[in-house]
Amino acid sequence: MNFNTFLRHLREGFRSVFRNGWMSIASITSIIVSLFILGVFILLVLNVNQLADQADSEVEINVFLELNVDQSLRQELQQEISAMTEVSTVTFVPKAQGLKELRDRLGEGGESFLQGYAQDNNPLPDALRIQVIEPTTVPFVAQKIEALNTEHPEKPILKVRYGGDTVQTLFKVTALIRNIGLILVAALGLMAMFLIANTIRVTILARRREISIMKLVGATNQFIRWPFFIEGALLGGIGSLVTIGILFIGYQQLVAASVRSFGIASVITLIPLQQIWPLLGSLLLGLGVLIGIWGSTLSIRRFLKV
Amino acid sequence: MILLLGSDDLIEMQDVWKTYPNGAHALQGISVKIDRNEFVYVVGPSGAGKSTFMKLMYREETPTKGQISVNGFNLGKLKQRKIPLLRRNIGVIFQDFRLLPKLTAYDNVAFAMEVIETPRKLMKKRVMEVLDLVGLQSKAGRYPEQMSGGEQQRIAIARAIVNNPAVIIADEPTGNLDPETSYGIMQLLDEINFRGTTIIMATHNRDIVNSMRRRVLAIEDGMIVRDQIRGEYGYEF
Repeated sequence: MNFNTFLRHLREGFRSVFRNGWMSIASITSIIVSLFILGVFILLVLNVNQLADQADSEVEINVFLELNVDQSLRQELQQEISAMTEVSTVTFVPKAQGLKELRDRLGEGGESFLQGYAQDNNPLPDALRIQVIEPTTVPFVAQKIEALNTEHPEKPILKVRYGGDTVQTLFKVTALIRNIGLILVAALGLMAMFLIANTIRVTILARRREISIMKLVGATNQFIRWPFFIEGALLGGIGSLVTIGILFIGYQQLVAASVRSFGIASVITLIPLQQIWPLLGSLLLGLGVLIGIWGSTLSIRRFLKV
Repeated sequence: MILLLGSDDLIEMQDVWKTYPNGAHALQGISVKIDRNEFVYVVGPSGAGKSTFMKLMYREETPTKGQISVNGFNLGKLKQRKIPLLRRNIGVIFQDFRLLPKLTAYDNVAFAMEVIETPRKLMKKRVMEVLDLVGLQSKAGRYPEQMSGGEQQRIAIARAIVNNPAVIIADEPTGNLDPETSYGIMQLLDEINFRGTTIIMATHNRDIVNSMRRRVLAIEDGMIVRDQIRGEYGYEF
C-alpha cells in the first residue's frame, strides 16, 4: 500500500463516520455505555481491593497481660509467640502508650470520657501487639496464644483480642466483590463487542452496493477492508475518549467529595485519580479501539465473498 | 500461475455448464471463442442464460463444469485472492448503471483508478481524458441524480474503460434508455471497440443489432443456437 492509498483510506474512514450520522452516534453511544459501566466496575474493584488491603494490614492480635506479670515472664511469652511460624512481629505496648493511643484514636470526643485518667491511675493493662504474615491465619494464631496461657502456671494472659468475625466477614465480602466484579467486567466487555459488531453490520449493509462495485472494478479485499478498519477504530476511539472524560471528571468529583465529608484521614480513602488514570485511560482507549476494529472485521468478512 | 488454453483468443469457453443450487440449468454445454478486437452481441429470450454467460466471464459465477479462460487467466484455477487481478482486465457495464450516488461523476470514474492504486497525478489526467471521450468533461462535478440516464451510462462507460481493460462486458446497457440515447451509447461503444477494446454486449434491442451488423451469439435454453459473423437479431431457428 502506498502513502496516497493510506491517506485515501484514512479520508474515507473519517468521511463515513460523518456520512453515517446517526448510525455513528449510535455506535459511539453503545461504546460509551459499555465502557462506562466497565470503567465504573474497574474503579469499584480497584477501590475495594485497596480497602481490603488496608483492612488486611490493620488486622492484628492484641494480647492483654495480667497486672502481675513481670518483665522476665513477659519476655518469655514474647519469645514463645515470636517462635510461631505465622507471626511476623511482636511488639510490647506498655500501658502508658496504650492510654496515649486510645486518646489519639478517640480524638476530641473521647477527651471527656478519659478525663481524670493519667499515669498513676491508668486503667489499661500492658499488652503485646502481634502482626501475622497471612491475615487469614489470625484466628488460628489467636487460639495458639490462648493455649499458651495454660502452659504457664501464672496464667499471665488476661485476654486475647482480634478483629474476629468482623475481619472474617470483610475477607469474604471483598473476595466476593472481586469475583463478581471480574465476571461482570468480562460479560459487559463481550456485550459491548456484540453491540458494536451489530451496529457496524448495519452500516455495511447500507454500503453493500458500494462494496460490490469496488469488487467489480478490481479492488482487493484488503483495499475494501481498510476504510472500515479505520471507521471502526475511530468509532471506538471517540467512544472511549468520551467515556474517559466522563468517568475521570466524575471520579475526581467523587474523590473531592469524599475528602470533604470524611476528611483526609477517614477510614475509607478512595484511590486518587493521579495514581490510576494512565493505566485505566490507556486500558479503556485500547479496548475501545480494539472493540471497534473487531466489530468492523466481524461484520465485513461475509460481504467480501462476492 | 497463468495457463493459456487457446492461442490468441481473448476468451475461450469449452463445454461450459452451469446449474444453480436451486436446480435451474442456466447453461448446458457452451463452447465459444472470442478474439481480440471483436464486437459480439449476445441475444436470446429472458432466462435463456445470457446473464449467466456474462457473469462467468468476470468470475461472478463459477461454472459447474467446463473450462473458461479470459485474457490468459484460467478461471477454473483462479484463486479467490487473484480475482481482483482478473477484473482489472475487464470493464463491466450494467442496465442500471451502478454508479455510487454519493460521488460526483469525476469521483465515480476516479474510484476505479483509486482501487488499483494509481498515482494521483496520472489519475487526474486519465479521468479527464475518458470524461472527454464520453463527452461529459463539463459535467465532471455533477452527482448521478443530477444527470440523465444516458449521461449516467456514459459515466459508467468511462469508469469501465478508464483502466484500459482488454474487454468490456455490457449486460443490456441500453435497456433503460430511449432509442435516441441508446444510439449515442452504441456509437460510443463502437468508438471504444475501434480503439482496440473487445466488446461483448447482451441486448434485447433488435434495431441496434440489425443496424450495426456485428457477430451475434444467440443463446436459448442455455445453449448457443446461432453464431453468425455479421448477424441479425433473432434467436429462433
